[in-house]
Amino acid sequence: MAMLHTVNKSPYQCNTLESCLNHTQEGDVVLLIEDGVYAAAKGGRAADALAAAKGVKICALSADVKARGLDGRIIDGVEIVDYAGFVDLVTETDKTQAWL
Amino acid sequence: MSAGFYEVNGKQVPHDEEGYITNLSDWSKELAEVIAKQEGIDMTEEHWDVVNFLREYYEEYQIAPAIRVLVKAIKKKFGPEKGNNKYLYELFPYGPAKQACKIAGLPKPTGCV
Amino acid sequence: MSDVKKFLYVNRKAPHGTIYALESLEVVLIGAAFEQDVALAFLDDGVFQLLKGWDTSELGSKNFQPAYTALGDYDIQKVYVERESLEERGLSEDDLLEMVYEDEDDDWAEKSSIRIVSREELAKIMQDSDVVLSF
Repeated sequence: MAMLHTVNKSPYQCNTLESCLNHTQEGDVVLLIEDGVYAAAKGGRAADALAAAKGVKICALSADVKARGLDGRIIDGVEIVDYAGFVDLVTETDKTQAWL
Repeated sequence: MSAGFYEVNGKQVPHDEEGYITNLSDWSKELAEVIAKQEGIDMTEEHWDVVNFLREYYEEYQIAPAIRVLVKAIKKKFGPEKGNNKYLYELFPYGPAKQACKIAGLPKPTGCV
Repeated sequence: MSDVKKFLYVNRKAPHGTIYALESLEVVLIGAAFEQDVALAFLDDGVFQLLKGWDTSELGSKNFQPAYTALGDYDIQKVYVERESLEERGLSEDDLLEMVYEDEDDDWAEKSSIRIVSREELAKIMQDSDVVLSF
């Protein structure tokens, strides 16, 4: 019964990611998209929270990572996925919640 | 229909392209008769029961009820012989909620017939 | 089409700063026509939507708070409010709107729809839903 959570807001602007991580369960996947990808940038406070998330797979959408100059600056443990990978995540999980 | 005006007692009351009045405070019983006529409806006591009910509902909740909610509430207030789709469609052939709301001076109901 | 799914509408935004709260309410009202199993969740700033006593007159916008109290008519009987979100904001259940429904199985007795749940319980409720719509 895994759920895919998408997060599209910067963690430095909104508590969306924090709230999302507070409501995930083991086996869930969190996919960072749009400004959500800033959370996975090395050296940021939000990256520590991401790294601390246990039992949850964290992904980031490559188009959004690259567009923001974050290619190569994403912390270890975050899987970069392309659009096809996004679709795979949707089909591999039972449902999706789009955190706004 | 295009946006325009209803004529009531020599006064012009603006309505949108579907015939819903623009300012809810413009409503009056005379206006309701005018709108009803345009909809091809002769207002009887039974029509007024529904229209008055809609106005009271809107006053309390600030929304026009969906048809299912309207039917249920009419049933509760006036009994099962009136609280059913058939009866309400006989009164308002083009959709009870939509047509009756227009006559009652309410906005178009959210997502309903 | 006879499949009834469990829908959960998740509300996380304060009522007036953005259009999310009103949009969510509209979707809930429209969605109610499809006779699914619908529940609402309020967490984070979303709990402010249920803080009673709005007066929007000086704001010049419509007060849509009374519409929440109509949701019982739309067969919405489960309104989950997250305890941690209330507490962080200095609120308790007493500060919230009264939301009721009539219980068909109990001679139409009026019952409260509001259920205060913990963060952990809410996470579970999300998992147990078939469709989660987040606002």
